[in-house]
Amino acid sequence: MSRPLVVALAGNPNSGKTSLFNALTGARQHVGNYPGVTVEKREGQCRHGDRDITIVDLPGAYSLTAYSPEELAARHFLIEERPDVVVDVVDASNLERNLYLAVQLMELGLPLVLAFNMSDRAKARGLEFDLPQLSELLGAPIVPTIGHQGKGLRELLGVIETVADRPEVRPPHRFEYDPELNDAVDALEERLRGRPELTGRYGARWLALKLMENDAEVCKLVDDPVLKDEVRRRAEEIEKIRGMPPEHLIADHRYGFISGACQEAVRAGVEARHTMSDRIDSVVTNRVLGLPVFLGLMYAVFLLTFTLGEPPMHWIETGVEWLGARVSALWPPGSESPLRSLLADGIIAGVGGVLVFLPNILLLFLAIAFLEDTGYMARAAFLMDRLMHKIGLHGKSFIPMLIGFGCTVPGVLATRVLETRRDRLTTMLVLPLMSCGARLPIYMLIIPAFFPPHWRAPILWIIYLIGIGLAIGLARLLRGTLFRGDSMPFVMELPPYHMPTWRGMLLHMWKRGGLYLRKAGTLILGISIVMWALTSYPKLDRFPEGLSEEARQAEALAHTAAGRIGHAIEPALRPLGFDWRIGTAMIGAFAAKEVFVAQLGIVYAVGSDEEAAEPLRAMLARQYTPLTGLCIMLFMLIAMPCMATFAVVRRESGSWKWAVLQSGSLTILAYLITGLVYQGGRLLGLGL
Amino acid sequence: MSLSLKDLAPGQRGRIVRLDRRGALGQRMADMGLIAGTVVEVKRIAPLGDPIEVQIRGYRLSLRKAEAAGILVERIEA
Repeated sequence: MSRPLVVALAGNPNSGKTSLFNALTGARQHVGNYPGVTVEKREGQCRHGDRDITIVDLPGAYSLTAYSPEELAARHFLIEERPDVVVDVVDASNLERNLYLAVQLMELGLPLVLAFNMSDRAKARGLEFDLPQLSELLGAPIVPTIGHQGKGLRELLGVIETVADRPEVRPPHRFEYDPELNDAVDALEERLRGRPELTGRYGARWLALKLMENDAEVCKLVDDPVLKDEVRRRAEEIEKIRGMPPEHLIADHRYGFISGACQEAVRAGVEARHTMSDRIDSVVTNRVLGLPVFLGLMYAVFLLTFTLGEPPMHWIETGVEWLGARVSALWPPGSESPLRSLLADGIIAGVGGVLVFLPNILLLFLAIAFLEDTGYMARAAFLMDRLMHKIGLHGKSFIPMLIGFGCTVPGVLATRVLETRRDRLTTMLVLPLMSCGARLPIYMLIIPAFFPPHWRAPILWIIYLIGIGLAIGLARLLRGTLFRGDSMPFVMELPPYHMPTWRGMLLHMWKRGGLYLRKAGTLILGISIVMWALTSYPKLDRFPEGLSEEARQAEALAHTAAGRIGHAIEPALRPLGFDWRIGTAMIGAFAAKEVFVAQLGIVYAVGSDEEAAEPLRAMLARQYTPLTGLCIMLFMLIAMPCMATFAVVRRESGSWKWAVLQSGSLTILAYLITGLVYQGGRLLGLGL
Repeated sequence: MSLSLKDLAPGQRGRIVRLDRRGALGQRMADMGLIAGTVVEVKRIAPLGDPIEVQIRGYRLSLRKAEAAGILVERIEA
C-alpha cells in the first residue's frame, strides 16, 4: 500500500477549481474553517489505485500576497502544511493572469502540477498550446482538464502520483530580476541565512523576495532593525533607478516571463472571445436596463426564498408541533412534569424555531450559488458599488443587506461573499437594522391598534426607512471609527458567464446550510433552554379562585423570572413609555422577534392566536397611547437582535466580542432613540 | 499633461505608462496585470457612473474611477 498523499488545489477565483474539486472528491467532502479566520476550508478524499489522496481546495487567489484573508489562508496552508503536491488550476482561456499565481508557486518551491482547466473553452476561443514546450518553460507537468465534465481526472491523478514519488527534491525556481533587485534579494538572502528561526519554513530566498515586495505579514515577522533598514535603502535605490517600487518591478518581471512563455508556446487563432458574455453584459450592465434587471433578479431571489420556502416551513412547523405533542403525550394529561415542559416547550419548540428557517436558508444559498456560479454576482457588485461605496461599503454588501429584509440570519451568512473582514463585519453589524420578516407581526399588531387606516401604510414605510437610515449612519460611523482605513478597493474581475451545474450548486447549498445547522444549532439549543427556564420558573403553585385559563397563564408568567425581570426593569423602561408587561414580552422576543406578540397576548391574558389579535389590540389601545405604540415598534426594530442572529454573528465573526458588542450597542441605541422620541413626543403633545 | 485610464471613454484604448498607486492597492493592481506597457480598453461605465469595466490581458476587470485615476496611460488611436 502506497503512502497517502495530501494535495492542495490552488488557483484563481473563477478558474473552475471548485468544479474540479467536486469532480475529484464527489460527495466525500468536509467543510470547515481555517484556524482563526472565517475562510471556508474544503477538504475531500479520493482514491487512485491503492492510494488515499486527501485533496484540499484552497480559497481562490490571484496572488500569494497578504491582500485578503483568502489569499493569506491559502499561503499559510502551503507554507505551514507543505502538501505533497500543489495542483494549480489554470483557466486555459485566460492564461496570462492565471499563470501569475503559477509563477509564485514555482518560487515557493513546492512540487507543482498545472491543470489546464476549461481547455474546451480555450479551444473554442481559438487558442492552441504547445504543452510540452510550455511545461518545459514553466518547469511543471501540464494536464488538460475539463472540470465540470470530469475530463482529464485520471491523467491528473497519475501525474500527481509521479510528481509525489519523484525521489529528488527540486530547488525553488530562481527568477532573474533586474540587476539591482537581484543584488538586493541575494544580499538579504545571505543575511537571512543566519536566522534559521525565521527562514525555517519559508526558505531564505522567498522571505527576502517578500521583504522587497514590502509584504505586510513578512515585514511584521522580521524585527531586525538593521535588516529593515537595508530593505528600505535598497527599495529606495531601486525606485530611483527603475522609476517604480520593487513590488511593481517584481510583478512586471513575472508578467514579462509569462508573456515570453506564451509567445513561444501559445498560438491565438481568430479572436472569438467573450462574445456570449459580451451580449449578456450589454443587457445586464446596460446604462438603462442594468438597474431594472438587477432589481428584478433580486426580487426573484427574494420571492424564491420566502415564497417557495413557505410550504416546507409549514411542514417543519407542523412536524415540530407533532413531535412536541407526541413527547407531551408520554406524560399523563395535565402533568406538571418539568422534564416534559423542558423537552416540549424548551428544546423541541426552541430548536424547532431555528429549524423552521432551514428551507429559507437552503433556497437562499441555492440562489446565491446560482448568482455566484454564473458570474452575475460580480456584475451586481459592479452595478451597486457607487451607492454602497457612499456609505463606506463594497458593492457586494448590497445582497446581504437586501436578504436581511427577509431574515437577518441568512443575511449574515450571505456576508461571506465579501472579501475583506472590515466589509464583512461592518455589513454584519448593521444588518439587523434591515427590518426582518419576523418583526412584521409586531408592526401588524401595533399599527392597526393605534393608527387610523390612512396612516397605516405610511407608518410601516417610515419604520422601514428609519431602519435603513440608521444602518447607513451606523455603517459610516463604523467605517470612521472601528473599521477606519482606506475604503476597500474595487479591483475586481468580471468573469465570463458560465452555465452552472446543478451538482455544483446543490453541493454549495448543502455544505453551507449544514454548517449553519450544526454550529448555530448547538448554541441555540443552549439559549432555548435558558429562555424556557426564564419564562417558566419559578412556578406559581396556587392560583386565586375562579380565574380563566388565560388569566392563569398571565399570573404564572408574571411570577416567572422573565416576569420579575420585567417588573425590575420597569423603572428603566418608564422613560420610553413602557411598563413591565412590555418589558416581559421583550425578554421573550429574544428567542424570536415574533414571540413578542405571543408573550404580550399572555400577559394581557387574551391568548395569542388570530382571533385574539382584535381583543389584544383593543386592550393595547386602552392601555397605551399611539406614541407608546410607535416607541414599541422603534424599540423592536433597533434593539438586540434575536438569538439566532446572535448565534450566527458569533459564528461568522469568529468571536463572542462582536455578537455581544452588536447586541449591546443596538440595545443602547434603541434605548436612546426610543427615549428621545417618547420624551420629545410628550413635550410636543404628539400622539397622546 | 498626463492622461489616466479614468479619462478614456468606452471603446478607447490606451497603453499603461505608469502605475501610480502604492501599498496593498498598488500591489493588487500590479498582480492583476495593470503594469507599464499593458494595453487596456475601456468597455463600459456602470449605470450609476462608477465603476468602469476594462479589458486587459484577455479578461475583464472592473475598477473605480478613483483607482483608474492612478493608472497613467497614453492613448492608442484606433
